[in-house]
Amino acid sequence: MFKDSSLHIAARDSIAWWKAWLIRLIAVFLSLIVCAIVIFGLTKMNPVEVYKGIFDGAVGTSRRTWVTVRDTMVLLLIAIGLTPAFKMKFWNIGAEGQILVGGAATAALMIYAGDSMPTPVLMILMFVASLAAGMIWGIIPAIFKAYFNTNETLFTLMLNYVAMQIVTFCIVYWENPAGSNTVGIINSATRAGWLPALGGLTYGWNVLIVLAFTFGMYIYMKYSKQGYEVAVVGESQDTARYARINVKRTIIRTMGISGGICGIAGFLLVSGASHTISTSTAGGRGFTAIIVAWLSKFNAFVMILVSFFLVFMEKGAIQIASQFNLNENASDVITGIILFFILGSEFFIRYRIAFTKAHK
Amino acid sequence: MKKFLALVLSVVMVASLAACGNSGTKETQAPAASGDSATATESTAAESTGETAEKVGDGVDAKDLKVGFIFIGDENEGYTAAHYAGAKGMQEALGLSDDQVIIKWNIPEDETCYDAAVDLADQGCNIIFANSFGHESYILQAAAEFPNVQFCHATGYQAAGSGLSNMHNYFTSIYESRYVSGVVAGMKLNEMIADGKITEDTAKVGYVGAYPYAEVISGFTSFFLGVRSQCPSATMEVKYTNSWASFDLEKECAESLIADKCVLISQHADTTGAPTACEAAGVPCVGYNISMIPTAPNTALTSASINWEPYYEYATKCVIDGTAIDTDWCKGFAEGADKLTDLNDKVVAEGTAEKVKEVEDAIIDGSLHIFDTSTFTVDGKELTDADSEYISDGYFHESEKASAPAFDFIIDGITAVTQ
Repeated sequence: MFKDSSLHIAARDSIAWWKAWLIRLIAVFLSLIVCAIVIFGLTKMNPVEVYKGIFDGAVGTSRRTWVTVRDTMVLLLIAIGLTPAFKMKFWNIGAEGQILVGGAATAALMIYAGDSMPTPVLMILMFVASLAAGMIWGIIPAIFKAYFNTNETLFTLMLNYVAMQIVTFCIVYWENPAGSNTVGIINSATRAGWLPALGGLTYGWNVLIVLAFTFGMYIYMKYSKQGYEVAVVGESQDTARYARINVKRTIIRTMGISGGICGIAGFLLVSGASHTISTSTAGGRGFTAIIVAWLSKFNAFVMILVSFFLVFMEKGAIQIASQFNLNENASDVITGIILFFILGSEFFIRYRIAFTKAHK
Repeated sequence: MKKFLALVLSVVMVASLAACGNSGTKETQAPAASGDSATATESTAAESTGETAEKVGDGVDAKDLKVGFIFIGDENEGYTAAHYAGAKGMQEALGLSDDQVIIKWNIPEDETCYDAAVDLADQGCNIIFANSFGHESYILQAAAEFPNVQFCHATGYQAAGSGLSNMHNYFTSIYESRYVSGVVAGMKLNEMIADGKITEDTAKVGYVGAYPYAEVISGFTSFFLGVRSQCPSATMEVKYTNSWASFDLEKECAESLIADKCVLISQHADTTGAPTACEAAGVPCVGYNISMIPTAPNTALTSASINWEPYYEYATKCVIDGTAIDTDWCKGFAEGADKLTDLNDKVVAEGTAEKVKEVEDAIIDGSLHIFDTSTFTVDGKELTDADSEYISDGYFHESEKASAPAFDFIIDGITAVTQ
């Protein structure tokens, strides 16, 4: 239908990286203008002030910055964990559960072993335990997928609820004070099992661990043989078999890695941030991370930007709510508009629009 | 696979057994602190009845004061809306400007609460209030970090045992207004019996409860005692939603109670779910927090509600004057901390307004004790002093030892369904 019009759309063969980023930047800029119009139209407030409020809420003080960084890191780690599974087209929507069992394993060690061993040993133990717990939670659906071809989407989703019930069950034993139905802050007096500060930075370890995984995942997916196998299995299992790749083993191994990393996210959440466990410890992060992974097209470094943006907006939301009485829906609207523009900009990166003279 | 699961489960079991062994030692960890503060509570409790306020600091000029609030919800949710109304009232009464009151909305019961609390302290708040039960341990953590900032937590109970002089709990004697709302409901039942709509034997009340906690049990018991003071044959069925605020769960819960032949519904949960179900079924109902008349114009009788303003004013005034805030604060009708929302004249029985006034006056002058042990039985027996440290002089002294409700007996006539 475009043949006769003056507008002509053609796929680009390639695009210079700076052009792609320029287009994205323009998209963000345009989205901010649209948001400004929406904010002014709906609330009659000065949009610049609202933007300032968001900015202030996310990085206004050093404490706020660190909280933003801490939450960014957790979201990033989960997205990193999801990457190999999604690359393999194994729809792991069970990150919530994998985080929860990892967190529960961590909490269990904090409660039972908190006072009886030196911090470094305890830390390593908690790290390994959360990894193992997450791994088990990831491998169970993988085994069923590999051997019985069960639907992993449903299986991983259902395991989330099993994990929640396990946490609920644990809370019965761990609740403190009794009758409160919550665990409260674990070891609030001794701080045993709390991820210590690193060189004066409260969340130094969180950052270090997550960045190590981010870098490691980048290398693993891009340069390792296993990473290549994951990509091939994802593209076509027949091709993989033809290339003598053991598909079953790849599926199980990859989900072990995916679940294990999500389990470690649970460790960071419990030991490195909240110091408690509840059914809402994962708090939907397992699902948000899917958005992060997709938006970044599984590029580990773009994920840093995307998860930072989402957490930035979330923290900004708390601030504009208290400053301007705009509730979190307002920031959801802003986030939605910006994401819409960023996603839309991909169209202009992939396609070229040319204005040609209409010929009769 | 089954074997594997069994193994995992048994490991969990063993681990939890180990837990039981451990926890005994853990609780004795801070004996000195808790011992001290136990006596401290008693002295503050005594103080709160007397008028002498202890001077603890220089106070803060009202112009330099900053007050922080941490709310679990926002204005769309009745419980927080009531807190917000109290905060606004306090602000006006003390003449504070808008930028002296900082509110953090929608703060969940996790580390976000701690982040919010320390952020408010960073912004220079002198006093910080948090309104949800699960906020407490995070507020405690922040209170330990900022000893010069006053932290007040609603519905909690750990302040007295915390050993922190800047940590306080507050609540109101909501059981008083629940009792009075029960009186309104009881009169409605009598009217329905007189009109021949129901018989004395079928006067069954349904109650949508949030959690099987003492706060809820104390609430529905006082409501039921109010009902039965008017309609002695009434019984009650309680169902829990296991959520403080879920419109759908509360609506479903009310519907199932109505299907169970309940002829009147009340609630201890924060949304308009139950009244919505009642309006559709034409069943009279008693709400909580806010007037339900806009939701259920033809069925809502009234709502038991809390006025938080007296506390917010009191605690903030303490900071301005430099006096100590009660570790546990709990007041009722007499101080204006509890009230009934407007009676729905279209629905309530004749003479309700006069009766409400009479009962309220009796509560205020102390001639009526709501948990009068002669008015109810547990397992067929009347409760005595031996059953609870709260019972003496023939009644249960609810909220007199700590601000959080403590009555947790299921009395005869009430069936509480826990899953």
